[in-house]
Amino acid sequence: MSFLKNLDLRKLPMQLLVASIITLSVSAIGMVELFGGRFVITGLFTMAQILFLGPTAFFAYRAAQEAPAGKKWQGMIKALLLGVGVGLVMVVFVWLAQNLDVRSIFINISPRLINILTFEHAGGATTLFIALVLSALAGGALALVPDKLRNALLVGAGVTLLVGLLSEILAERLRSLFGSQLSSAIIASKALQVVPAAVLFLLVAGISYMRQSGRIGKVGPTLKPSQTKIVRTALISLLLLVLPMLLGSYLTEVTNNIGLFFLMGLGLNIVVGLAGLLDLGYVAFFAIGAYTMAALTSTGHLGLAGISFWVALPICVAVAAMAGFILGMPVLRMRGDYLAIVTLGFGEIIRILALSDLMKPYIGGAQGILNIPKPMVGELALIRPEQMYYVILIGVAIAMFMSTRVRDSQIGRRWMAMREDEDVAEAMGINLVNTKLLAFTIGAGFSGLAGAIFASKLGSIFPHSFNLLISINVLSLIIVGGLGSIPGTLVGAIILVGLPELLREFAEFRWLAYGVLLVTMMLNRPEGFIPSEVIKRELHAGDEAEQAG
Amino acid sequence: MRDRLRKLDFIDLFLWIVRAAIVAVILIGTVKTILSNPYTLRNWEDFIIFGIAQGSMYALIAIGYTLVYGVLQMINFAHGEFFMSGIFASTSAVAIPLARAGYLASHPIPSLLLIALCSILISIAISLLTERIAYRPLRHAPRLMPLITAIGASFFWQYYFRGLFGSQVIPFPDIPQLEGTVPFLHTFVLKSHVLVIFVTLVVLVGLNFFISSTRPGKAIRAVAENKDVAALMGINVNRTISLTFATGAAMAGVAGMLYALVFHQVHFFMGFIPGIKAFTAAVLGGIGSIPGAAVGGLFLGLFESLGPSLFLQSLGIPAFNQLKDVIAFTMLVLVLIFRPQGIVGERLKEKKA
Repeated sequence: MSFLKNLDLRKLPMQLLVASIITLSVSAIGMVELFGGRFVITGLFTMAQILFLGPTAFFAYRAAQEAPAGKKWQGMIKALLLGVGVGLVMVVFVWLAQNLDVRSIFINISPRLINILTFEHAGGATTLFIALVLSALAGGALALVPDKLRNALLVGAGVTLLVGLLSEILAERLRSLFGSQLSSAIIASKALQVVPAAVLFLLVAGISYMRQSGRIGKVGPTLKPSQTKIVRTALISLLLLVLPMLLGSYLTEVTNNIGLFFLMGLGLNIVVGLAGLLDLGYVAFFAIGAYTMAALTSTGHLGLAGISFWVALPICVAVAAMAGFILGMPVLRMRGDYLAIVTLGFGEIIRILALSDLMKPYIGGAQGILNIPKPMVGELALIRPEQMYYVILIGVAIAMFMSTRVRDSQIGRRWMAMREDEDVAEAMGINLVNTKLLAFTIGAGFSGLAGAIFASKLGSIFPHSFNLLISINVLSLIIVGGLGSIPGTLVGAIILVGLPELLREFAEFRWLAYGVLLVTMMLNRPEGFIPSEVIKRELHAGDEAEQAG
Repeated sequence: MRDRLRKLDFIDLFLWIVRAAIVAVILIGTVKTILSNPYTLRNWEDFIIFGIAQGSMYALIAIGYTLVYGVLQMINFAHGEFFMSGIFASTSAVAIPLARAGYLASHPIPSLLLIALCSILISIAISLLTERIAYRPLRHAPRLMPLITAIGASFFWQYYFRGLFGSQVIPFPDIPQLEGTVPFLHTFVLKSHVLVIFVTLVVLVGLNFFISSTRPGKAIRAVAENKDVAALMGINVNRTISLTFATGAAMAGVAGMLYALVFHQVHFFMGFIPGIKAFTAAVLGGIGSIPGAAVGGLFLGLFESLGPSLFLQSLGIPAFNQLKDVIAFTMLVLVLIFRPQGIVGERLKEKKA
């Protein structure tokens, strides 16, 4: 047994504990049950199985990876031990759930959960045990595979999983674009068919592998960088213009929501990402924009002016920016974390006031303001999401243009200087209060714009639409995308607004996932998915110094 | 320079107008109420006692904020969740089974102690996990980052416990021995309020002893003073910081127990509002100071309980009780703007950390 020599098992108990806790948790809080009916590949495996087998595989992979270079096989032993450990824990869990009345306390430990965990009682808990051990071994084996192949396999699996998850909406699109025959050949009962899934997996993994080994060179004629840029811009613009036709009504509606959050994200990106002011009451300006739009245009009894959308829009932006200026004045002299709490307080004050009887005669209390007309272009009212899309697109384009220009201007550099070090920035002659006020005001204006479009899009607004969760949502999306980065904000909006819209049946766990995402992003990738160059350099300055030293 | 002065004056002027407006609202409202006098003395006494009971809970939760702030100069945004998790879990998993078995009614004291113990232990466990996973790796990171993980942790725990025990409001079982009132001076006080005030006093005295006279307490103070020197003196800084979190969470666990006794219900979202209010209390008293947290909590409780009737009602505001939370939040904003050092706190430098 020479290969067992120096087998280092010190970290294993901790990994075993964490893997068990995660597996137990996803089962006990109801995630497994909720995902139980959702096949990723028809008839083969469900989302739930990925959930309760995944953590074991992941930790087995981690454990196996730590094995010393010459003795990679030790990793398999660790993985096996881990799988057996988690397997035993889960077998005990299933036994307890079957024999004790735990459901009166933990409401989600239901017979259905047990059915899912035991693969519909095929062989009882033994199957669960074997499945866990096998997934641990698979995780361990992954650590033995060469890097390139592993990456390719993971990318392939990830894409297949994503397509499988979104297959319901894909099926609908395929049906309307290519007819129902193709659609049902690829996707059946909300999941991928086996053969297309295998093809997709192999294709993606193959391409990924080739690209890593550099076997796919540049295709097409070589262009100068400036020409590439023009071509790319033209292609993207064209795609954006025809997007609603490709997407259909429902997906366009989702895109519109992404657009609105992207708009807000751009504003908050200026406040948090560039100027470094953590604003947790950002929803207040969204609400102010929306209520201003509602009050100015509504044809109901709370409408004040009855003017058109296009006239009201700049007024809404101005009012929101003004509100940002006024609210900003007293608070911006505070330190960072105090600012976060104060803005949170402001957001709550605005929401409670909007709900209260005190303001009811003006903004309708809990009943909100109804009958907000849609924007008109000539005689045409923009009712359908495909039409509203263009309004949002224009708003986003303007906001993107503005924030890029502002970021690259002297003001933008002042903000960044302030974010890095307020004292130094002040010593360099930057007026802190003015500079902060400017960031706050512009950010509020963007949010007001989003709010105004939101009000008109929905046709009626209620105070409940403006709770703290919106602020958190916007904050999360700029963090996930990358603080200070505009493409990052877009990616964040697509991930955090688009995906939950498409996976509505899992809405219950949306905020749980946000929490996990915020923490893991901050711990592992604080610069976000698409980081801004400056932030990346700053956050990794320490690493380089360490390496150099 | 002159340009800057002018700018500052303009903002100062604005702040003075805000100050004057608030004082005017409170004064006019109070004078009007005193003149019209819609309440009897008995009503006022009830308000005050409720305010003290409410304030006691705020004080207990506020201690968690203040301890952590004192040691790490960070706002533990997830502290409201420590408060929620303890009592929410022990209500579902301990109190309700006990009540169903009839043990709670027949042996109220041991059952209450058991529930309180579970609440405290769960709160501590959650706080230690959060500290270890979400805060410790970021101890030397920019300030924004632990604040963001704190927000993430807060959401995570809320929805985690919602998943475990459900999203509905869970009624805390009634305890017959705690219902009714006891005579006090010339009025009657709810028994549960007496219990809350008594327990808070005992816990605060205990905490004071712990912090000022025991070795771990001294370690906490040393680490709060200077982490590097404390480490040189042989104090395990990481363990002491964990201990600080655990102490704060234990207080939150007790507060959760008291909350359940007064309001008779628990909910997965119950930590948010008390959390922010307790933070207000901590700031009000001067964040970083333990007596400050107690004073601030009491003050906030009283202000919130008296405020709506004292100066909002007579201003002709409809459904004035809806604005109770606005009072607390306004107070938070005002204190942070005008007196960030709080009532008893010393002036912190603009950038201590």
